[in-house]
Amino acid sequence: MKKDIILAGVGGQGILSIATVIGEAALNEGLYLKQAEVHGMSQRGGDVQSNLRLSSEPIHSDLIAKGGADLIISLEPMEALRYVQYLKPDGWIVTNEVPFLNIPNYPEIDDVLAHIRAHKNHVLLNCEELAKSVGAPAQAANMVLLGAAIPMLGIDHDKMIAGIQRVFARKGEAIVNSNIAAVEAGYHVSVK
Amino acid sequence: MKKVLLGDEAIAQAAIDAGLSGVYAYPGTPSTEITEYIQLIESKQPKGIFCKWATNEKTAMEAALGMSYMGKRALVCMKHVGMNVCADAFINSAITGVNGGLVVLAADDPSMHSSQNEQDSRFYAKFAMIPCLEPSNQQEAYDLTRYAFDLSERLHEPVLMRVTTRMAHSRAVVETTEPRLQNDMSLPKDVQHFILLPAFAKRNYAELVAAQPSFIRESETAGWNNYIKGTNPEKAIVTTGIGYNYYAEAIPEFRNTDIPENSILKVTQYPLPTALINLMVADGAKEILVIEEGQPVVEELLRGMVPSDIVVKGRLTGDLPRMGELSPDCVRKALGLDPLPTYEPDAIVVGRPPALCQGCGHRDMYSALNEVAREYPSPRIFGDIGCYTLGALSPFHAIHACVEMGASVTMAKGAADAGQHPSIAVIGDSTFTHSGITGLLDCVNSKANVVVLISDNLTTGMTGGQDSAGTGRLEQICAGIGVEPEHIRVVVPLPKNMEEIKATLREEIDYNGVSVVIARRECIQTLKRHLKAAKA
Repeated sequence: MKKDIILAGVGGQGILSIATVIGEAALNEGLYLKQAEVHGMSQRGGDVQSNLRLSSEPIHSDLIAKGGADLIISLEPMEALRYVQYLKPDGWIVTNEVPFLNIPNYPEIDDVLAHIRAHKNHVLLNCEELAKSVGAPAQAANMVLLGAAIPMLGIDHDKMIAGIQRVFARKGEAIVNSNIAAVEAGYHVSVK
Repeated sequence: MKKVLLGDEAIAQAAIDAGLSGVYAYPGTPSTEITEYIQLIESKQPKGIFCKWATNEKTAMEAALGMSYMGKRALVCMKHVGMNVCADAFINSAITGVNGGLVVLAADDPSMHSSQNEQDSRFYAKFAMIPCLEPSNQQEAYDLTRYAFDLSERLHEPVLMRVTTRMAHSRAVVETTEPRLQNDMSLPKDVQHFILLPAFAKRNYAELVAAQPSFIRESETAGWNNYIKGTNPEKAIVTTGIGYNYYAEAIPEFRNTDIPENSILKVTQYPLPTALINLMVADGAKEILVIEEGQPVVEELLRGMVPSDIVVKGRLTGDLPRMGELSPDCVRKALGLDPLPTYEPDAIVVGRPPALCQGCGHRDMYSALNEVAREYPSPRIFGDIGCYTLGALSPFHAIHACVEMGASVTMAKGAADAGQHPSIAVIGDSTFTHSGITGLLDCVNSKANVVVLISDNLTTGMTGGQDSAGTGRLEQICAGIGVEPEHIRVVVPLPKNMEEIKATLREEIDYNGVSVVIARRECIQTLKRHLKAAKA
């Protein structure tokens, strides 16, 4: 088993929480893991990404080669497209469709979404709305996105849910349940 | 015990387990998380490890040397440019030697993700003539840090640990080993070693020079540097630090071809292991590719160590990029592998540069400053290092220079000395205490016609909100070094105060002498955190 994942978004959106949950589930499966993060200046509202690598064999490089990623998981549609040169030809893009508008020259959102739809393997979803539809706060958008990515991760759905329970256990049952509801909402969009 | 740790955290955990008594550091990407991790562990399970932030890298280095003098183990952490700030203390710590183990950690930032240059700290180790260690993965970062303290105590010299961004900020599973107790206090055997009068320093330096062969022997025999002869030893590859990972990543692809395998020398410890390099040459190496993160340090050194008919390739020959960090892609190319099939970059994507947070006090400060500056024919505003450097970008375009910590104050002074008016420095509170105070004293002593605008957000913001050395005392500090009290002004950068701030700035620009205007409002990131903590 080997999965190379690029997590993308805008500084402050919460991509690292997605990485934490996947990492927890992967380690519990006895997989090797490497996760390169961006800290520092670009966290101030700039584009951020994390390279998450999982494998049943030891992993050397912290970074994914161009053309090496199985999956791009993005909390922002244009940010998903920023990394397409890292994607395998049959790789997946799983992304939120809601743009994060903090720059004056953001392209037409319909064009951005059309570029994503041009990729055969894509899942587009409104993470904020799906979170709210199951009674979770908008901040659980990242958990919706994680749920939508589960079928492509190579880790069993139930084991991911167990990972969420462990990661958020100390925040209390209400938060665990709300996060699980958000994950399930995203998961159903993908498997439908 | 197994833990998922950032490279930085692995170093911190190893230092704790090695019996650390004090960590001394000023925050700087990508080194900050080392000290933060030690602070976190110390807050949960106190072991009496000193871990408060230092005012700058020089005070950090000196305090660590003092702790080492007393026989205890000390760690100094900084980003690469911090090495310049502490260079005097660092270089001379190699002349004094150490008593308790002293490890200096420099985190380099090739590709300048959060920095103004990509200087390579391995030059500093060579300059100081001390051993240097460069881990290739998080486990090695842990193991090497533990070894570094032992090595430092055994050789009576400081040891430089060098990591780079991807090592510092990448997580993996690390297995920790049995913790060791802290050292008891003990005085150096020969106190004269720490008195660098020329007569004593000459003796110390001669000892350091004489010890060099033993440092090389340590590199050859300690087991961190590994040479493996390939089935085609005419081709050799030398890697350092994380350069090894990009090479190792490509090995399975080579195994699928009938290309005979090259020799490999994995360098983790410096000075370079001469015997292993000689072995590589004796095995028939004709072409050596050097894969190193940072500047071409080993590539240059090797050219002087191997016969001139051996071709040494790397960043200087264009086989790898001259600048920037390594990537799996550029290493694949240097190894002769084709790029993997993929997509072209999507042209619809536009840049998303970092920006000051919405609601940040620096924004209101720049709004006022820009309006006032426009009233003068030729204003010059000298910026400094911190979040507020982003004032150089859209929408503010407010600053005309930014060089290094503290330069705003002294460059504004130099410009004023040249006849510039208005000459304005913009500096954050933490940068001001780091390196601005001495410059302000220069201004006072020559009554320079400058305005020093301290944008005080009560924290070290850019690196994530660490304590700032002068919080609550900036007015006293400025008055103490001689700024006239009536020209130390405090404003609150909020939109509703715009007219008052502008009037204050105008008055102080028009005053012919040293003015300090402190624009004080808490960083909104730390404010959010404080409010959340208060609610919990």
